[in-house]
Amino acid sequence: MSSRMKSPYTSQPFTVRSVNRRNLILTGSAAAAIMALVGRISQVYAQSAPLERSAQFSEALAKILNGATPTPERITLELPEIAENGNGVSFSLAVETPMTTDDYVKAIHLLSTANPQALVATYSFRPINTKAQTTGRMRLAKTQDVIAVAELSNGTVLICERNVKVTIGGCGN
Amino acid sequence: MSIKPRIRLPEVIKTGDVIEVKTLVTHVMETGNRKTPDGSIIPRNIIKLFVAKFEGEEVFRCDLGSGIAANPYIAFFMRVPGPGQFEFSWTDDLGQTEIERTPLTTA
Repeated sequence: MSSRMKSPYTSQPFTVRSVNRRNLILTGSAAAAIMALVGRISQVYAQSAPLERSAQFSEALAKILNGATPTPERITLELPEIAENGNGVSFSLAVETPMTTDDYVKAIHLLSTANPQALVATYSFRPINTKAQTTGRMRLAKTQDVIAVAELSNGTVLICERNVKVTIGGCGN
Repeated sequence: MSIKPRIRLPEVIKTGDVIEVKTLVTHVMETGNRKTPDGSIIPRNIIKLFVAKFEGEEVFRCDLGSGIAANPYIAFFMRVPGPGQFEFSWTDDLGQTEIERTPLTTA
């Protein structure tokens, strides 16, 4: 609420904004709500500092890589950024590949860095699949990085990862 | 095993089409991490292997771990060489296998 007044000292017109109780309460609540929202969001994103990866994950990954150096290209792993419920999180996997008998994807492995069991699934493909693509639902025990590794018929290994923030974990604990 | 497999193929299929085959089964996929109220572990019991064959030849395989959610949904693509018979099988930790056969007819 504002009102035009004349300064008692200079007689120049100026506008006074009076703070009445209604304005104060509304502004205060809005500020509090924004603070709470920002607080919640930063809490969720505060966990994007490098996360620890389980020993089972490192072991499982080493076994799959078998000494090869994976390249982070041509493979996509889709997962939501935030999963409300870790019991069933949809994912999709895809590799850009001609899928000919000379050049095809042999397998795609899906790994969790923080579940009790690291190897989530292995999908084995043949040229007749034509697309090295699949979808499914996985369990996520808690906020973590999820890794996908593809083995190609010519020995190339591809890798990619996604981070998922999990609100309620779901591995049966 | 009574896992009620459900298979979804496209309505109209022509030889040469690349189709998506969608499968769904009911299964608790017990992880082996859960405990009963008195503290003992509920033993793991999951479907650990899915194999799809077309006309007797394997076309897709999935090795599942306990990190796959209950009621596993498994889907894959395939170029249709002609009409024929699909055979899908799901094998669990106890070694039991459920088989479902579905014909693929081409328009």
